[in-house]
Amino acid sequence: MISTAAEVALLALGVFAVLTALTALAEGFRARVPPGRTVPGVETFAARVRSWWTLAILLALALLLGRWGVTVLFALFSFVALREFATLTTKARADHLSLALGFFLVLPLQFLLVALDRPGLFTVLIPVHVFLFLPVLSALRGSPSRFLARVAETQWALMICVYCASHVPALLTLDIPAMGDRGVLLIAFLVIAAQGADVLDVVAGRRWGRTPIAPDLSPRTWEGVGAAVGGAALIGAALAWLTPFGPLGAMLMAAFAAATALAGTIVLAAIKRERGVRDWSHLIPGQGGLLDTSGGVLFAAPLFYHLAAWGWAAP
Amino acid sequence: MDPRRALRRALASLTGQAIVLVCKGVTAVRADWRGISPVDRQRVYYANHTSNADMPMIWSALPPGLRARTRPVAAADYWLRNRLRAFAGAEVFRAVLIDRRREMRTEDPVEAMARALDDGASLILFPEGNRNMTPAPLLPFKSGLYHLARARPDVDLVPTWIANLNAIMPKGEVIPLPLIATVTFGAPLHVEEGEPKDLFLDRASAALAALAEPRP
Repeated sequence: MISTAAEVALLALGVFAVLTALTALAEGFRARVPPGRTVPGVETFAARVRSWWTLAILLALALLLGRWGVTVLFALFSFVALREFATLTTKARADHLSLALGFFLVLPLQFLLVALDRPGLFTVLIPVHVFLFLPVLSALRGSPSRFLARVAETQWALMICVYCASHVPALLTLDIPAMGDRGVLLIAFLVIAAQGADVLDVVAGRRWGRTPIAPDLSPRTWEGVGAAVGGAALIGAALAWLTPFGPLGAMLMAAFAAATALAGTIVLAAIKRERGVRDWSHLIPGQGGLLDTSGGVLFAAPLFYHLAAWGWAAP
Repeated sequence: MDPRRALRRALASLTGQAIVLVCKGVTAVRADWRGISPVDRQRVYYANHTSNADMPMIWSALPPGLRARTRPVAAADYWLRNRLRAFAGAEVFRAVLIDRRREMRTEDPVEAMARALDDGASLILFPEGNRNMTPAPLLPFKSGLYHLARARPDVDLVPTWIANLNAIMPKGEVIPLPLIATVTFGAPLHVEEGEPKDLFLDRASAALAALAEPRP
């Protein structure tokens, strides 16, 4: 029996090997481009691989630090995501206090409740209490103009960027007898399945993509997404040793994570189209914001958490 | 050098670094060099003004080399109100302080700005003169920009649009919201031979307002 840290290290080495191969692939594409010219698709792919490197290294370090490391990392991700989302939402001066509380009280409190292992509180804080309380603050300051749009969009921002993001570290609170204290590996499994599906969709969609899913919203195709979900199932099977799911269960869980993550990216693309922006922010050069590269993981996290709890956690 | 002055200077530089770190860490302020490149040329960045955070935000968005040579033009009555502000205004930002009260002035503001330009500095200027609290994109410009442009016709006048600051820090609020701010730098303007004041100010105002639209 090897230690959790050794397993994280082993997994990180595996992921780094895959990223090295992808980096080589991107440089290979680049080498075929005549000197002095750049092909946008190739540059996008190379930039995307670089952003995956950053994500993988940060995640590996956080996983080695254990529960608090992961919780703090995802709280920071949540902050960056909420900043991107709230920049684009409808708001007025009357919402200033509600938004400030969202950033500086609700966000830290949600992750604190996750770190303290209080599922009875962290699963209802934002969808019930914040949902009811923040609109009161906005109403007390008395501006009726676009009131419902303002409070609804603020709630949306908090649900996606804080509530959903907190369900990634929340996987550590599940009491799964077969896992012991190896919960951090479930996080690695979820992130690899969801991000891996994104990689596969980009590659497969470019190669075989023919039927767009929602051409007005996003370039994703049924062929690309199908290949990505299938590929994620295979990744899941290969990583079954990390999980309590068993080979078939791991395939299904990875496929679920991939499908929900890709569905989430289409929802986020719809919001971007409506607001008339190409990217959520300019955080990652050539790639856009955190929500552009990793928004899918946020959508996948709550379902993954509940399926794992329902199927494998101790009653 | 006098050790107390050296200490004050180090403290000012450290405070400046901290302000840049907060602006970048909290609001992820980003410079969009749409009409010019960030090269070391003498310029007057003239900007819209909606919030007290406007000036530190533009200052932070400039690359360090340019920032070191750029001085904001600011109201003396605000920046001399207490010792902390006096330290920040005079030593951190090295502001060119202007007395807004016409009847109390001992020095012509345009002359003070022209002298700073002659010393080699670039300037950050808010030609609306006050924070814009109206729904209109810009208030009518004061004439200082025109007189400065006439006094030093070779200097680039760069329209500088700050987006989102009004939502980050509205007048009267205490806690800034960490939203993403963008500072857009447009193509430079110069006053033309014989151009009347009102025509020039309209042209400068239109060039600035045009930057409010996102890049096509």
